[in-house]
Amino acid sequence: MLTIVDYGVGNLASMQNMLKKIGVPSRITSAEAQIESATKIILPGVGAFDTCAAKLSESGLLPVLNEVVLKRGITVLGVCVGMQLFMRGSEEGILPGLGWIDGRIVRFKQELLPSSLKVPHMGWTDVLPAKKSLLFTNIVDARYYFVHSYHAEVVHQEDILVNADYGYRFVSGVERKNILGVQFHPEKSHRYGMKLLENFAKLY
Amino acid sequence: MKRIRVIPSLLIQNGGLVKSIKFKNHIYIGDPINAVKVFNDKEVDEIVVLDISATQEGRPPDIKAIKEIASEAFMPLGYGGGITTLAEVKNLIAIGVEKVILNTSALKNPNFIKQISDYVGRQSIVISMDVKKNMWGKYRVYGNNGTKNSDLDPIEFAKLMEANGAGEILLNAIDRDGTFEGFDEVLIKAVSSSINIPLVAVGGASSLEDFRKAVQAGASAVAAGGLFVFQRPHRAVLISYPSQKDLKEELFFPVDLD
Repeated sequence: MLTIVDYGVGNLASMQNMLKKIGVPSRITSAEAQIESATKIILPGVGAFDTCAAKLSESGLLPVLNEVVLKRGITVLGVCVGMQLFMRGSEEGILPGLGWIDGRIVRFKQELLPSSLKVPHMGWTDVLPAKKSLLFTNIVDARYYFVHSYHAEVVHQEDILVNADYGYRFVSGVERKNILGVQFHPEKSHRYGMKLLENFAKLY
Repeated sequence: MKRIRVIPSLLIQNGGLVKSIKFKNHIYIGDPINAVKVFNDKEVDEIVVLDISATQEGRPPDIKAIKEIASEAFMPLGYGGGITTLAEVKNLIAIGVEKVILNTSALKNPNFIKQISDYVGRQSIVISMDVKKNMWGKYRVYGNNGTKNSDLDPIEFAKLMEANGAGEILLNAIDRDGTFEGFDEVLIKAVSSSINIPLVAVGGASSLEDFRKAVQAGASAVAAGGLFVFQRPHRAVLISYPSQKDLKEELFFPVDLD
């Protein structure tokens, strides 16, 4: 079953609510055995990078996540800070990320933003595909809800799934093999989010 | 293209959806859950729900009713009304509310904002400031649904709230509420230019042109009540929301990418 990892952060109810709306069974869990038997995994995250990294580490779920995602190739979707945790680390803190994607999280470069664009970047923004992906199958004029002050910078350009513009172009989604992540909130993005989650649940 | 958030702001009184004029003369509009469903179908950017009777009656948020609303909201949902404890904030976030909106409790206890912001993060904390000019023509922040003058200056209060961990300011001009006379751009400019967090302007909107003017004055996002629930000139109840085409043509603006 599609499994939402509960490691003590994030708004899990919204994610499950949208999955329910599109008829995808899911469970919220912090139990190792349920993650081990998951067919798909969603890793949420909200707030500060170090808070999430610390809680994930304290949850004791790191070994099982590494096992199912890296060794067994179970498809995982990281959302917001969940995606950020895939990187090696973040400017926002000192704790390491999962290191599944070769990249880092950096703060929006205020000096590159016009004064009308404040940080956090909060609101709806169009996303621009960087490569072909099943995740965006049949999604036209994709726009999503973002709330963040930091964004990813990846080493390998082929890992970039989508970009978005906020003062400058930044990575708003990544995909490397079975590892997918988005900076925005599909669970709060109407039919654009529903379709994305449906694609994740059914096409991978 | 920079999109601007356009947010329906809904008032709940005694469990029903209402709309006010200058925070008075509340007219019953209908069932809040139905309204949220309709706004959801119209794919609104975000929605704000304010229970204006909670603080007056000294009661906590109606978690059951809010949960029902949250289950119909596939967009970010902000809730305000009667929030006084960290436990209530945690509970609201857990049932699917993205943003908690604080007004009276922020005025009474500014340190409460620090406490909840540390816990749920700045992005989930909105401070709603209801502002009106006092007898001497100075802007002042009002609490208890616009009935109690705190004697605080909105600029100073907004700065304090930002310092204490607010992620956003919802700035309501009491004397424009429900009037369709346009936003108080002087107030928007004064407050937005003194803070670094987004300001959402509300109060007086009658058109997309008003939204544009609010953004030009410094608002990062705009909210409205009457504009989205009434059909003028006779204030017949009709829920509406501008189309993406109209928003693109009349509100969103290009941002230069170097």
